[in-house]
Amino acid sequence: MSRRKDDLAGSRWMKFKRWLDGEVDPLMAPDMETMAPGQVAAAVRADTAAPEQVEAATEMQLASPAEKQPTCSAGQRAASPTKRRGQKIYDRFYQVMSIVLCMGIIAVLLWTIAYLPVFGNAGNPDNNEVSARYIERGLQETGAVNIVTGMILDYRAFDTFGESCVLFIASCCVLVLLRIDKESSAEGVQERLKAADDRRYEPKEDIILQKCAMVLSPVIFVFGIYIILNGHLSPGGGFSGGAVLGSGSILYLNAFGFEKTERFFNTRTYRRITVTALSFYCLAKSYSFFTGANHMESGIPLGTPGAILSSGLILPLNICVGMVVACTMYAFYTLFRKGDM
Amino acid sequence: MVSHLFSNIEETVAVILFGIGFTMLLLHRNLIKKILGMNIMDTAVYLFLAAKGYISGRMVPIVVDGVQDTSAYINPVPSGLVLTGIVVSVSSTALLLALVIRIYGRYHSLDLDEILMKVKKEERS
Amino acid sequence: MTLVQNLPFFSIVIAMFSGIISSVLTGKQARNVSIGAIVVTTFMSAAVLAFCLKTGESYTYMMGHFPAPWGNEIRAGVLEGLTALLFGVVMLLSVVGGMGHTFEDVEGSKLNLFFIVIDLMLSSLLALIYTNDLFTAYVFVEINTIAGCGLIMIRQVGRSFTSAIRYLMMSQLGSGLFLIGLTLLYDVTGHLLMSPAKEAVAAIEASGSYEIPMLVILAVISVGLAIKSGLYPFHSWIPDTYGYATPTASAILSGLVSKGYIFLLIKIFYRVIGRENVINSRIVNVLFLFGLVGMIMGSVRAMLEKDTRRMIAYSSVAQIGYIYLGLGLGTQDGVIAAIFHMFTHSATKALLFISAVGLYEVSGDKKDYLSLRGAGYRNPLAGIGFTVGALSMVGFPMLSGFISKLLFASSALESPHKMLPTLIGLAVSTVLNAVYFLRLVTTLYSPATAGALVGEVRKRTRAAHWMLGGATCCFILLNLILGSFSQPVVRAIAEGLAMFE
Repeated sequence: MSRRKDDLAGSRWMKFKRWLDGEVDPLMAPDMETMAPGQVAAAVRADTAAPEQVEAATEMQLASPAEKQPTCSAGQRAASPTKRRGQKIYDRFYQVMSIVLCMGIIAVLLWTIAYLPVFGNAGNPDNNEVSARYIERGLQETGAVNIVTGMILDYRAFDTFGESCVLFIASCCVLVLLRIDKESSAEGVQERLKAADDRRYEPKEDIILQKCAMVLSPVIFVFGIYIILNGHLSPGGGFSGGAVLGSGSILYLNAFGFEKTERFFNTRTYRRITVTALSFYCLAKSYSFFTGANHMESGIPLGTPGAILSSGLILPLNICVGMVVACTMYAFYTLFRKGDM
Repeated sequence: MVSHLFSNIEETVAVILFGIGFTMLLLHRNLIKKILGMNIMDTAVYLFLAAKGYISGRMVPIVVDGVQDTSAYINPVPSGLVLTGIVVSVSSTALLLALVIRIYGRYHSLDLDEILMKVKKEERS
Repeated sequence: MTLVQNLPFFSIVIAMFSGIISSVLTGKQARNVSIGAIVVTTFMSAAVLAFCLKTGESYTYMMGHFPAPWGNEIRAGVLEGLTALLFGVVMLLSVVGGMGHTFEDVEGSKLNLFFIVIDLMLSSLLALIYTNDLFTAYVFVEINTIAGCGLIMIRQVGRSFTSAIRYLMMSQLGSGLFLIGLTLLYDVTGHLLMSPAKEAVAAIEASGSYEIPMLVILAVISVGLAIKSGLYPFHSWIPDTYGYATPTASAILSGLVSKGYIFLLIKIFYRVIGRENVINSRIVNVLFLFGLVGMIMGSVRAMLEKDTRRMIAYSSVAQIGYIYLGLGLGTQDGVIAAIFHMFTHSATKALLFISAVGLYEVSGDKKDYLSLRGAGYRNPLAGIGFTVGALSMVGFPMLSGFISKLLFASSALESPHKMLPTLIGLAVSTVLNAVYFLRLVTTLYSPATAGALVGEVRKRTRAAHWMLGGATCCFILLNLILGSFSQPVVRAIAEGLAMFE
């Protein structure tokens, strides 16, 4: 009986199924699953490529024997005898049902697509007077050469303001979750503080990285600023430029360490920049909405289309959005890394 | 019908990707993989949306040489919507990953069933 | 354009701006700013309601210099004003009532972040109510989702993390489906604003093209928003979410957030797809069925539950079922009943969560409902509040729950095929409601057995005590007003719905 089971477990179908379930990974060593509980935590770590902070947390956990908890891998858990039969049947039912559900959704949507307008056809219903006006009069009405920028920052600016608020509230929630306040008395803060301080793991004075970063960071910064400032003239704008700036500063941080960056960028700077930029955005756009709705002239000059200083509010708004996005990206990284800025 | 699906190949692919993401979200117990599934789902929607704006043989909607004719450019609306959508997806992914970090720090596991079991045990004690 | 007509826009912007500046304030300053913003926006909503009642018509408000099919737009009418007013009142009372707990549950240095979340939640709810643009609705649905997740996990204990992650995953699923629906709708109509989209939909329906895409659009949008509001088969995230958050968060999430999505769904039904088309498709029957099953299953699960707050949470599943049942009836009266029940449920469920706080405090903060024995004597006001809420949910005359059940029953009489299931469902669900709510109420007023009170009686400050008491009183009053003066409210809802067409 047991022999037959072994054969079944080694069969190609079972291997495929286990790969599908994510229990084995062919890219890893084959004897991964026969490890002691302590090592399995490391396996989980490798398996999921979790951020570095998690690694540090794992190592802290392994280092302190007091709170050592054996973590079982998915394979071991499936084999554990405590799992009841009913649970297994439910799991199987759930898997089958979810696959059926997904197949159903795909089928319904494919069925819908078969009746939708043809791809890439100029006569489709969405190419109507709305997009026609954006293209034909966008340049005169918004002053932006890039019609998409003109659309999202002038015609449909309320959506875009909402979108900045999505980023703002997400960063607030991440702050709640990950910022570690040293003076806080809540439970577990001290341990988290210890676990998060992963500067010991930072590469110290990595000469290759530092030299590359010295060459690359200025280029990345200039490129990011270029994208932000030319948002109304060429592809780009606040969000993409801000993301470039953010990634440049993350590179700088990784090469030179927290000691250098903390000198000019900390939580207070972050707050000030975000509040200033978002308040300006909010007030400027409110003014524009208010005058628009009450049929007043806004009095903001549009300038000559094509020049850098043109298109009214779009350039300042792009700069604001760029600053917010750059700071938020950097803040996400540092918060994930060590729970502070 | 099938030929129409092939002529709408972008949409077809987007829908299939959406289904794959959806399945990952439902089936995987591992939280990181669930998040990956969610991202695939979001990206599929954006592919779908971006495909809506395309018109064959036309340029991106950036005015060149003062040409302002509708027959020269593609539809700018979906591009703008995708931009907004991407930011939303970035925000929710960041929030989910932050939640996962806190959960991992507390329960040392990424398996949702196992975490729920540990939570229940913790509550009973 | 008169100044009053600017108020919907001002209220959204004030709520957002207070959120933005709160990030540099201390916790207490942020609290004051937040309460101020809620009060101001509530008064603004009242003014908008009064204006629309007086003129008897709705108006659209251009967000920017470009008119309807090109620029964003918001829209205000009687129903929008009424909903915004009620949401503002419920939000204010929830925030004030749960203040004592908020200050305990939230880390001191992160208090201002809590109030940022509250402010942005308020602004997104207002924007969902007033919006006249589908994509704006999507963006603010996302703000609402993330803010909701923030409210859940602000307590930072184990259970709140897991429930937050489940909530966010389910909600993202819902938003994904909603966005797909929106994309398909844009593809066949070419419009994102509601009014032009409705014209395009009418043209499509008249010509008979895109029959299947329209059906799928309706289904996908309904399912997406149903997942987000927690209709029965998609309710799995509700009990954990409402049961383990801080009381203010539970009250806001159950009372307002899910209602915002339902309001949006009603708005899309009326303002985009068109009522006739919705009724002609069979989607309403599906919603009706899910609502009916949800009504009964939610109540059954609540009966089996021992933990008081989870019990109230499962009761929410049942009440959401009622609302979808009303939508599913497919008649004008059914929708009116659904909207009235939405108001009832907001006021009552928030009252239950807030007054449960007062009961817990005097009973040692245990989860089991049996620990609440005699709590009604130890904290009389909270006991009365909880009793009023429970009786309202059961459908006691004079209270708002009674009126909404009456409305459901009378609207069911108009649709012959659905009359019998509706009436039977209402009867069964009412009996089940009575079983578990009255069990709770009798527990509250049965004498505590000796030695049952083991836990420490929670110490609270005088201010927190007064705030909790005041909020409970106001909630009771709100319930009585909705219950005894229901006629003007129902008439206003009918008027507002007529403006939607």
